[in-house]
Amino acid sequence: MAKKKISLFREFSKGVWEQNPVLIQLLGLCPTLAVTNTAINGVSMGLATTFVLVSSSTIISSIRKLIPHQVRIASYIVIIATFVTVADRFLAGFFPDISKALGPYVPLIVVNCLILGRQEAFASKNTLGRSLLDAIGMGLGFILVLTLLGSVREIFGSGMLFNIQILGDWFHPWMMMILPPGAFLTLGLMIGLRNWFSERRA
Amino acid sequence: MELLLLFVSAAVVNNFVLTYFLGICPFVGVSRRISASVSMGLAVTFVMAITSAVTWLIYHLILVPFRLEVLEYVSFILVIASLVQLVEMFIKKVSEPLYTTLGLYLPLITTNCAILGLALFAVLREYSFIESLVFGIGAGAGFTLAIVIMAGIREELDLADVPKPFRGAAITMIVACCLALAFMGFAGLISV
Repeated sequence: MAKKKISLFREFSKGVWEQNPVLIQLLGLCPTLAVTNTAINGVSMGLATTFVLVSSSTIISSIRKLIPHQVRIASYIVIIATFVTVADRFLAGFFPDISKALGPYVPLIVVNCLILGRQEAFASKNTLGRSLLDAIGMGLGFILVLTLLGSVREIFGSGMLFNIQILGDWFHPWMMMILPPGAFLTLGLMIGLRNWFSERRA
Repeated sequence: MELLLLFVSAAVVNNFVLTYFLGICPFVGVSRRISASVSMGLAVTFVMAITSAVTWLIYHLILVPFRLEVLEYVSFILVIASLVQLVEMFIKKVSEPLYTTLGLYLPLITTNCAILGLALFAVLREYSFIESLVFGIGAGAGFTLAIVIMAGIREELDLADVPKPFRGAAITMIVACCLALAFMGFAGLISV
C-alpha cells in the first residue's frame, strides 16, 4: 500500500479531538443544534447517531467491493435509512418519552452529513477493522460535543443538569439558552474555544 | 387565507433554518457570496416544492393503502435523491456558470435535512396535497431569505476585525444566533 498507515489507536482517537466531526469538520450540525436543549436529549441523539454510524460503516466497509461506483451514494443512503428505521422503532418502543422529545430529528439522522461523509470518505476505502474504529471514534466525538452542548444549555437555560436542579433559587433561568439562538451561540463559542486551545498548543 | 397564513408561517415565523435548524450545512457552506446563495436558495426551493408534492402522493397513494408506513424514510430519501439528480442535470444543461458556482453543494441538497424534514413534517401534521405544496414553497422561501441575509452579513464581515480563533465557522454561528434572535420577533405574528 502506497498510503502511509497510521496506527489503529490514532484511527480511533482522531475523531474525538483532532478531527472532531462537529467542531472541526462541521458535519451533522442540524441535530447538534436542534436537540441539545437538555443534556439527556443530547446523549440519546449522540447514541442513536453512533449506532447508525457504526452499523452502516460495518456493512458498507464489508461490501465496499460489490457496490458499483456510480450508484454508491444511493446504496449508502438506503443502508443508512434502514438502520435509522431500526433505531427509530427501537426508541419508539422502549423509550417513548425520548422518542417524543427528539421528534422528527430521529428520522433525520438519515441525512446527517456526518454519516454519509464518513462512508464516502472512509468506510468505502478502508478495511472493516479500521472503518469500525473510525466510526466508533467519530461517534464518541459526536456524543461528547452533544452532551457538552446539552449540559451547558440546560444549566444556563433552566438551572438543571440531567433533570436534577443544581443551581439554587437565586438563579434566574436564561430562557434564550434553551431556545434556538442559544444553540447557535453556544456552538459558536465552543468552536472558537476549540480553535483557541489548539492554537495555543501549536 | 389559511394557505397564506401557512406560507408566512413556514417562511418567517417557523423559519426552517433558524428555528428548526434544518439545512444548516448549506447555510454555513454556501453563504459566502450573495450571488451563490441566491442560486442555492432557488435550487432548494425548487427541489422542496417538487418534493412536497411527490412525497405526499407516494405516502398517501402507495404507502398508506399498502400499510408500508415503515418504509417512509427509505422511500422518501430515494425520491429526493433522484429529484436532486434531475435538477442537477437540468441546471447543467441550462446554465453552465450556475452549475460551477453551486459545485459540490448541488448533490449535497440530497442530504440537506431541510428537504427530508419538510416531507416528514408534512406527514406529521397531516397536511392536504395543496397545503403540503404551499408549505414546501414557503419553507423554500424562508430558506432563501435566511441564506441571502446571512451572505449579506458575511460579505460585510470580511472587512471586520474578528479575533483569530473565531474566524470562519465560529463567528458564523454567532451571527446566526443574532439572526435567530431577530426572527424570534416574528413569533407573535401568527400562532400556527
